[in-house]
Formats: sequence, C-alpha cells, structure tokens
Amino acid sequence: MKGIQLDLISEDKLDGMTSMEKVRLILDEVRNGKILVLEKGLTPSEQTKLIELTMNEIAQDDFSGIEIESYPTKQNETFFNKLLGKTSLKTRLTVIGPAAQLKTIKKDRDLISALVSP
Amino acid sequence: MGIIKRLGINFSWLKKLFKKKTARIGIYGPPNAGKTTLANRILRDWTGDAMGSVSQIPHETRRARRREGVTIESNGSSVMLDIIDTPGLATKIDFHDFMQFGLSEEESKRRAKEATEGVIEAVKWLDELDGVILVMDATEDPYTQVNVTVIGNMEARKLPLLIAANKIDLHNSSPARIHSAFPQHPIVPISALEGQNIDLLYKEIAEHFG
Repeated sequence: MKGIQLDLISEDKLDGMTSMEKVRLILDEVRNGKILVLEKGLTPSEQTKLIELTMNEIAQDDFSGIEIESYPTKQNETFFNKLLGKTSLKTRLTVIGPAAQLKTIKKDRDLISALVSP
Repeated sequence: MGIIKRLGINFSWLKKLFKKKTARIGIYGPPNAGKTTLANRILRDWTGDAMGSVSQIPHETRRARRREGVTIESNGSSVMLDIIDTPGLATKIDFHDFMQFGLSEEESKRRAKEATEGVIEAVKWLDELDGVILVMDATEDPYTQVNVTVIGNMEARKLPLLIAANKIDLHNSSPARIHSAFPQHPIVPISALEGQNIDLLYKEIAEHFG
C-alpha cells in the first residue's frame, strides 16, 4: 500500500530525549517524508533550534523546509506551582512535516487543520 | 576611577543592576508583515533617516540591520533604543516562490540561499535582546508558527513584547482577531505605511521598553 507515513510520538518518549535529540529526530524523519505528531510539542527554544537547523538543511531542489504547527503554549498553573510562586510554560500538541507535503489550512487556539499530499 | 581601572576592577555589573542605558529591541515577524516599513517609519520620525528598502517580494531584508541610540519620546517620558530590523522568520523557503515575482531562476536561488541565512541570523538575535516588537499582518491568520514561536520565546525569557497589528489601512484587516489570539500581550493596531496610530505605538514603546 502506498501512502504517507504518520508517526505519533508520545510525551513519555519526548521526555526521555534531550532538546538536540528531539530536533535531530524530527529533521531526519521529516526529510524522509514522514509526518510527525508530537503529543507534547517543543519548547520555544527547541522551536527556534529546529528553525535554525532546518534553514541549514534547505537544499534548493531537494528540501524546501518544514511545515510546523503547534497550539500556543499555556501557563502551567498547577496548585504547587502557584503555591511556590512558579510559572512555567506548558507546550502542546505539534504537527510537523515536509513543507512540500503538509499544508496548514486553518489553525486556531484549539484546532489544527492540515492537508497532506503524496 | 583611574585607580579602579589600574586595579582591573570591573563594575559593569553594577551599572547593569541600576540602569540600562538603552534597551535593545528587535523587530520580528513573518516575511512581508511590514517590519522594515515600521523600522523606516520609526527612524524617519525620530532620526530623519531610514533603515532599509522594502518590496512586495518576500525576504527583501536578508541581513539584520541595527540602529543605535534612537530616542523615542511620548507623554513626557522618553526611552533610548537600539533597534534591530530582522529578516522575516520562516520554516520553509522555496526558490520557486521568488520566480513567481518574475525573478530569474539563478536570482531566485541566490535570494533563497540568502534568506535561509537571514532566518538563522534573526533566530540568533533573539538571545541578545531586551524586548521585541512583533509585527503581524492584520489581514492574515495570527496563529502562524512564527508568531507562536516568537511569543513563546519572549514569554519563556520573561521579556517584554509588544504586538504591532499592521496593515489596518487594508479593508480586510482584523486587529481584533490578533487580540483574541494573544490576549495576554499589548496590541497596537497600526498602519506602518500610512502612519495610522503610530503615536499610540510610540506611547506603548515608551511604557513597555522604558
């Protein structure tokens, strides 16, 4: 059967990886034509690292970059965080694929609608 | 002071602790949002100069440009800024897109290559800033990844961010849509091209980056 491979990567797997491992995995898989859905998403600094490495890998007739869409981050306001006066950002579900095959149609705070072409 | 210099004691941290002389502010946004048009507007109003050329073709700005010591005054308060006009951030750059604007294949490929370098430069500047003016095209969907990434980075670093909802001179613009998407940040609807609400923007700049 022909088709596009879709990999859904769990939060647990992502938690066990360093930032560089995540970015490298994403770029390698996307360059192989896969669409990735990350349960937990990337931190803002991981997103910028991914953009930077993507730009380094763009090859004129081969790879034009990535399409990445994530929900905006949320403040992680748990009871204990509030008690300790700490706030942290909670990253959310993220979809990443080759720009030539994944196109976002619509996106809002809680919905990502995308088109995948072979 | 001469004795202190001779002793090699560095008090720069003390200066930083009490007062920063200038705030280093980056103008960010996706390609064609109007970053350089805004930078030109600010510089013309306060220095009589300009930052760079503008074009309908995306990625016209492919190198970050910095202008130091721009003093903005509003409502009796003033702020001195170093302004950095950054290349448009993007996650993809396809040279074919430039050919649609009539550029040759060779020129398009050269521009695409320079654009990728410009994006890297813009990303690296994020580490050097005290705040950001994020320019959004108010006629476009505000939830683009570039906007989400820049806002996320500023929030993670706890640095001030001001959103300029640009192109309100166009009939299909909707600054309200941007406000609804990012209600936690101050938003000023402007037309950098025509100067609409630009005084309001200067007031917000003086308040947030002063």
